[in-house]
Amino acid sequence: MLEVSDLHIHLPTRRGMAEAVRGVDFTLARGGTLGLIGESGCGKSLTALALMGLLPEGARATGSIRFEGQELLGQSDRALQRLRGNRIAMVFQEPMTALNPVHPIGHQVAEPLRLHRSLGAAEALRAAVALLDRVGIPDAARRARDYPHQFSGGQRQRITIAMALACGPDLLVADEPTTALDATVQRQILRLIQELVAERGMALLLISHDLGVIAQNVGRMLVMYGGSVVESGPTAEVFSAMRHPYTRGLFAARPRLGQPLGPGQRLPTIAGTVPELADLPAGCPFAGRCAWTQQRCHTERPEATVLHDGHEVRCLRPEAMA
Amino acid sequence: MTAAPPLLEVRDIHHAYRLPRERLFAPPPLVQALSGVGFEIAAGRSLGIVGESGSGKSTLARIVMALDTPTAGSVRLLGQDLHALAPGALRAARRDFQMVFQDPYGSLDPRRTVARTVAEPLAAQGHASRAEQHERALEALAEVGLRPTDGSKYPHEFSGGQRQRIAIARALVTRPRLIVADEPVSALDVSVQAQVLNLLQDLRERLGLSYLLISHDLAVVQHLCDEVAVLHQGRIVERGTPAALFGHAQHPYTRALVDAVPAMVV
Repeated sequence: MLEVSDLHIHLPTRRGMAEAVRGVDFTLARGGTLGLIGESGCGKSLTALALMGLLPEGARATGSIRFEGQELLGQSDRALQRLRGNRIAMVFQEPMTALNPVHPIGHQVAEPLRLHRSLGAAEALRAAVALLDRVGIPDAARRARDYPHQFSGGQRQRITIAMALACGPDLLVADEPTTALDATVQRQILRLIQELVAERGMALLLISHDLGVIAQNVGRMLVMYGGSVVESGPTAEVFSAMRHPYTRGLFAARPRLGQPLGPGQRLPTIAGTVPELADLPAGCPFAGRCAWTQQRCHTERPEATVLHDGHEVRCLRPEAMA
Repeated sequence: MTAAPPLLEVRDIHHAYRLPRERLFAPPPLVQALSGVGFEIAAGRSLGIVGESGSGKSTLARIVMALDTPTAGSVRLLGQDLHALAPGALRAARRDFQMVFQDPYGSLDPRRTVARTVAEPLAAQGHASRAEQHERALEALAEVGLRPTDGSKYPHEFSGGQRQRIAIARALVTRPRLIVADEPVSALDVSVQAQVLNLLQDLRERLGLSYLLISHDLAVVQHLCDEVAVLHQGRIVERGTPAALFGHAQHPYTRALVDAVPAMVV
């Protein structure tokens, strides 16, 4: 259903155009779930924004994004508007910025139905109330008249999910949907998203910085670093046999509940810091920070090595991590 | 021989916020943020306070830092009741307790050099000369792994992790006994979090610091603290060592918190 190939995104920076996404490929089938994980600046959110045609001013995307066979890159704003909120919907990190504070929530959830389905106001509102009820807003018919500030953070995120679901999209893109929420609320929201994906046969692209969230919620995952996918595969397979030094570094750096370090022990850290986009090495983006770096890592772009079951790693020395 | 008093002694803190009036002639509604919170921290030990938004944990941090005055209860640091001190005496006492905030972008003045920002608590104390302040600031920067030349730069020249190091250096400059840290790593990327957590651990061992760590992240608290208290609706509902608390939680709220942590296994 979704096929991204050789996606490159160039961004204007103070030091000229820099390549923020450097050749990303993935596919997502109807009903499939895919996670994108990485740290700030790795290109995961830009990749999602490119799917929605919402890249920042001055950014340039090349390559191909095909949705149901239709090429999205280079489409007019009008054509993309017909898809957004309709066939492809998005849930953002901060629900308060996604909701309009001066409109009642029922009106906002109904809006995509009026826009894309040409429903009348009363009919759209009825559908919105049903959606609000489905995402767990108690007493939805009455509360549809309330404004965003009258709801808690978790409820607001439920409302943006109802809005995203309104037109029955084929693809739901969720960018850090629970990062601003408390842990117990995070769990409820992720469970809701999972139920809805299963119930409506949508595909899910879930973006997160949290390995735990990815482990529990998606069938396949991509690990991004420096604008490239460094490792990808079925989530269970990647977690059971991490092969890229960055994936392993990220996993080891996180303290784990119930497994305290011994006295005097320290968390294993990844050496150095993420380079600025303009300073990314010509070869492997992780060269220099990686303990296994060789001379050629600085100059040669690693190709994907297929391990098995669709588990791929982009490393010049995959055998070093076996 | 009497036992030395604990470093920090927090007794029966109650705190209520007044909300804006809803009706002209009715009294403004009160929100009870803290109800009878008490704990002690011995010198060199660290306590973590965990809880979700609205549990009262940041209010507690502000009260311990004597930035807010509680409705009732006392905070004693090295035997001194902070909320009973005259302003001058409180300022002098502040050398022993400092704070690190969550947001390393908002907590540093963009127009000041890093050395001046770090020296700020010393300047507020008012004893040290300019030259001495500068020297102590550079020492504190070295303590957190930054270079002396970094002192003459401005905050925007640093990454989030480095900015948090600067904020920690500022807290260290008066050589305090206690650091109150409110979500010190939650704005940072995972790999940067690990670096800052290791730094906090190094500093504790090297300088004998105590932390009062406020966090929603149970794994971070387990990593850094000898003891944990769970705050729920303004009350401590459970406390103990991280192993006991997270391994065999008794209170249903603690159990809900532990269960909500997504496991990093498939």
